[in-house]
Amino acid sequence: MIAIIDYGMGNLFSLSSSVKSLGYDVEITADPEKLRAADKLFLPGVGAFRDARERLFSTGLAEVIREEAAKGKPLMGICLGMQLLFDKSFEYGEYEGLGLIPGNVVPMEGYIARDLKVPQIGWNALHFTGLQHPAFSDTKEGEFVYFVHSYFATDCDPYVVATTEYDKELTAAVAKGNVCGCQFHPEKSGDVGLRLLDAFCKQ
Amino acid sequence: MITKRIIPCLDVRDGRVVKGVNFEGVKDVSDPVALAAHYSECGADELVFYDITASFEGRKLFTDILTRTASQIFIPLTVGGGINTLEDFDRVLSCGADKVSVNSGAIRNPSLVGEAAKRFGDQCVVISADVKRVNGEYHVFAKGGREDTGMEGIEWIRRCVDNGAGEVVLNSIDTDGVKNGFDLEMLQAVCDVVNVPVIASGGAGGIDHFTELFNAIPKVDAGLAASIFHFGEVEIRDLKAELARNGINVRL
Repeated sequence: MIAIIDYGMGNLFSLSSSVKSLGYDVEITADPEKLRAADKLFLPGVGAFRDARERLFSTGLAEVIREEAAKGKPLMGICLGMQLLFDKSFEYGEYEGLGLIPGNVVPMEGYIARDLKVPQIGWNALHFTGLQHPAFSDTKEGEFVYFVHSYFATDCDPYVVATTEYDKELTAAVAKGNVCGCQFHPEKSGDVGLRLLDAFCKQ
Repeated sequence: MITKRIIPCLDVRDGRVVKGVNFEGVKDVSDPVALAAHYSECGADELVFYDITASFEGRKLFTDILTRTASQIFIPLTVGGGINTLEDFDRVLSCGADKVSVNSGAIRNPSLVGEAAKRFGDQCVVISADVKRVNGEYHVFAKGGREDTGMEGIEWIRRCVDNGAGEVVLNSIDTDGVKNGFDLEMLQAVCDVVNVPVIASGGAGGIDHFTELFNAIPKVDAGLAASIFHFGEVEIRDLKAELARNGINVRL
């Protein structure tokens, strides 16, 4: 069973539907026993970093995620879920993340050219760095995926699988061992996204 | 770089697509799910479902087709029509919509945009404005373009964005249905005052109008149209290929 971690941050319908459409048994759950029993975990999320991290830490889910990741269980963070994998975020303050991948999350505003819009909303191309990971093995250079974000991960160079160009090269996909993440939404990225989700689920 | 988006809009009443459409290979052309799948395969970057149902029963049919669409088609889905309360946002988001567009609902209750942005995030609140020139001024119209609110249009849009709307759909009543091109002047006026994505709507009659739009106003993010796609006058695949030939960045 593939579990989508339900901690009240964002819409899980599309992620669940897309994984289901690939033929996998998927469950949206906050039950630690089910998360422990799952073969793979998705950490989704839309919204503010502080709210999300507080929900994960106050419910004990952060502990479960860290333990399962330490055991080698494949974990994929999506969008805010990816940002939560890092050490820290500087979104409206300074907040600690799960610390599963070294790096920080910082605002795009002030980093990219002023005339570009924040959030970045829309389809942008992936540029692969050469770092290999099973989840991204079927995704090709230049393929388009759908982004909605105002913050991005930085200080994480050794773990960047792919970037996307929005004035500057921004972190689009990361991986460290069994833990990986996408800044974009594979569940909204058409066939490219489905192929990526399939690669993660079948590894 | 980020690509320009091409967005077909489907008007839905009682769970069926309203405008007569004719596509080879789509058996039931008024089935929103079949049509959405067709557009997704043709390279549409996003879909807009506009609910023009008035009845309670019709609303239920709409959410059913929304759920069915979102279970099968994995590109961004925006929903509009009949959005008046936070409960309406909740209703369509829980069926798989990614963004919700408000029009008359925001005019009736100006705090709706701000409250929705706070609860669901800026990225999922779209302000859709029907704007028309009246005595040399831009006026916002309500109720599907039937009622002049008297409010200045550009200022209204700027205020909605300040309150948290993450995207703007500008529908020019002056160019809508005329098929003589998008309202570049009005679009430029909006792009000058907001820094969120702007989607142009109203006036597309052919591929050239999209090329003209993106060349004339680089800050416009997307072009939206309904009938020219539904009647097959413009194939999305051809449109995007032509945009690419003109140096406009699109997802092919």
